[in-house]
Amino acid sequence: MANEVIFKNRDLDNLWDIEQYRSRGGYEILTRILTEKTPPAEIIDGMKTSGLRGRGGAGFPTGLKWSFINRSAPGDKYLVCNSDEGEPGTFKDRDILRYNPHALVEGMLIASYVIDAHRAYNYIRGEFWEPYERFQNAIDQARAAGFVGKNILGSGFDCELNVHLGGGAYVCGEETALLESIEGKKGQPRYKPPFPAHVGLYGCPTVINNTETLASVPTILREGAERFRDIGVENSGGSKLFSISGHVKNPGVFELPMGTPFSELFELAGGMRDGSKIKAVIPGGSSSPVIPGEIMMDLTMDYDAIAKAGSMLGSGAVIVMDESTCMVKVLDRMGYFYHEESCGQCTPCREGTGWLYRIVHRIENGQGRPEDIDLLMDVQNRIRGKTICALGDAAAMPVAGMLRYYQDEFQYHIDHKKCMAGTGA
Amino acid sequence: MSALEIKNRNELFTPEIRAEIDHEIAKYPEGESQSAAMAALRIVQDANGGWLTQESMDEVAAYLDLPPIAIYEVATFYSMYEHKPVGRNKLCVCTNISCMINNSDQIVEHLNNRLGIKFGEVTEDGRYSLKEVECLGACGGAPMMQVGRKYYENLTPERLDSILDELE
Repeated sequence: MANEVIFKNRDLDNLWDIEQYRSRGGYEILTRILTEKTPPAEIIDGMKTSGLRGRGGAGFPTGLKWSFINRSAPGDKYLVCNSDEGEPGTFKDRDILRYNPHALVEGMLIASYVIDAHRAYNYIRGEFWEPYERFQNAIDQARAAGFVGKNILGSGFDCELNVHLGGGAYVCGEETALLESIEGKKGQPRYKPPFPAHVGLYGCPTVINNTETLASVPTILREGAERFRDIGVENSGGSKLFSISGHVKNPGVFELPMGTPFSELFELAGGMRDGSKIKAVIPGGSSSPVIPGEIMMDLTMDYDAIAKAGSMLGSGAVIVMDESTCMVKVLDRMGYFYHEESCGQCTPCREGTGWLYRIVHRIENGQGRPEDIDLLMDVQNRIRGKTICALGDAAAMPVAGMLRYYQDEFQYHIDHKKCMAGTGA
Repeated sequence: MSALEIKNRNELFTPEIRAEIDHEIAKYPEGESQSAAMAALRIVQDANGGWLTQESMDEVAAYLDLPPIAIYEVATFYSMYEHKPVGRNKLCVCTNISCMINNSDQIVEHLNNRLGIKFGEVTEDGRYSLKEVECLGACGGAPMMQVGRKYYENLTPERLDSILDELE
C-alpha cells in the first residue's frame, strides 16, 4: 500500500534476504549518508520534520532524542534497539524482525552514525529465537556486504552490531532496566536523571529506540521527511504498526496512517468473530486504560485522540473484547501479571501490585468485600507517580480505567459472588 | 580452590561450551565480560538438560571472574532460567489477556488432563513439563505456547494432541 513504511515491500518473497531488500532501494540511503558524509545535524533535522515519535509506547520525538547526544564529547557512545516486545497485546516488532530485518539493521547503522556510536546492540527478548535468527542472519549478510564492521564502505566510520538476548522479564522493556540487563545484571530500572543520553550503557551516552522506530528511519530519509509526516496527522506523524488481537476474526499486524479511524482497523481485522458484539477495547497494550467499544468506534488511532479519551496509544496494541468478557477476570489476570513482573525495587510497586492483585482476585473468586472498590482506587492512587519507572503506573492505570467504565460489574461480583449475566466467558 | 581449578574441574565446561561463551564475551567491550552472563547461563542451562545447578552457576561465575552472587542474582531474576529439573519438552503456555480471552484455560486444562501434571511439574517419564508464562508477543496467534525455541500458535485441544505426539 502506498502509505506503508515498514511493510512497504512485504509483497516480496524473502524480504529478509539482503538481495531482495536491496532490490527496492535497501541500503541506498545508508550508502549515500556515509559516502557524502551527510552532517548528522541535517539527519536529525529530517527526523524532527518527519514527526516520528518513539513507537515503543512513550511516543518521545525521535529526532529530539538523538539531538541530546553530545557527539563531540570524548569516549564511547552507544546505540541500543529495544526489541524486548513484552507489553501484553503487542506483537509487531516480532514481525519486523522476521520479515524486514534489514530495515532495522540499516536504521540502527544510520542512528549509530548520527550519534557517533561504534557499537550498537539489539536487545531481543529471549523467547524470540526465530526472529533472533532472522535478525542475526541479516547482520551477517550486511557485514558480508560491507555495511557492518570497520571502515564501512570506505567512509572511515566503524560500527559493530550485535544482539543481546533477554531472559524473560517484562521490566527490561524499560530502557534503563534494559541497559542493566545488557550489562549482565538483573533488570532493575535506574533512577533518572541522569538520563541515558548522558549516562547510559557502561556509563556512556546512549540512545535507546524501539524496533519499529529504527526500522522506519531508512524509508523516512530516503523518501523524504515531509512525505512521512504527511501520511499521519498533526502531532502523530507517519504510519504505525497496530497489533490487533482478542475476539476479532482476523487478528494480526496492520500498518496504517496515524489518525486512521479505529473502525477501519477493526474492519481490516474482520470485525467481531462469530457474530458477537464488541464490548471493550484496550487501545495501546495492557497498561493503557480500557475504552468501551461504542466510544472506540468514534476514535481515530493517534496519540492525541486516544489520550483525549483518557487512554494511551502506547505501543499500538489493540485488544478487542466481546460482550461475554468478564472485566473482573480480565483485571484479575492483569493484576497477576504486574505483580509477577514488578522488579521489587520500589515499595509502592512491589507491595501495591500485590495488593491490587489480591483484592481483584478475591472479588473474582466471590470473596469480595464491600470496601474493596474504594480500596482498589486508594491503592492504585498510592502507586501512581511514586516509583522509579513506569511499571507502577502501568499496573495502576488499568485499574482506574476498569472502574471508570465497569464498576457495576465489580460491584455485582462483590454483591452476588458471581459474574454479571452474559459475562463470564 | 582457585577459579582456574574450578574451571578445569568441570566436565560441563567442554571446549565447545567455552568457545560459545567466548563468542558471547567478544560482543562486548573489553572489561565488560559480565555482559555475557545471561548468554553464558543460557548456554550452560541448555547443555545441562534445561536447568541450572548451583555448581553450574558457580562455574559460570568463575569463568567470567565474577562473585557467585552476581550470577545468582541474574539466574533468579529472569524467568527463562530454571532451578530444578524440567521435562525434555518444557511447554510454556501463555495465559495473559489475549490468550486468556481466546480460551487458554481450555488449553491448560487439556494439558493438565492429558499429561497428569500442573504448572511447575514434570511428567514421570521426564518427557514434558508445564510452565505458565506471561505474554510472549504472539497475541495474533492466541492461544499459544512455546516449546524449546519454537512457537505454536492458534492452539486447540486437537492440535495440541498432534503437537504432543510429535515431541520426543
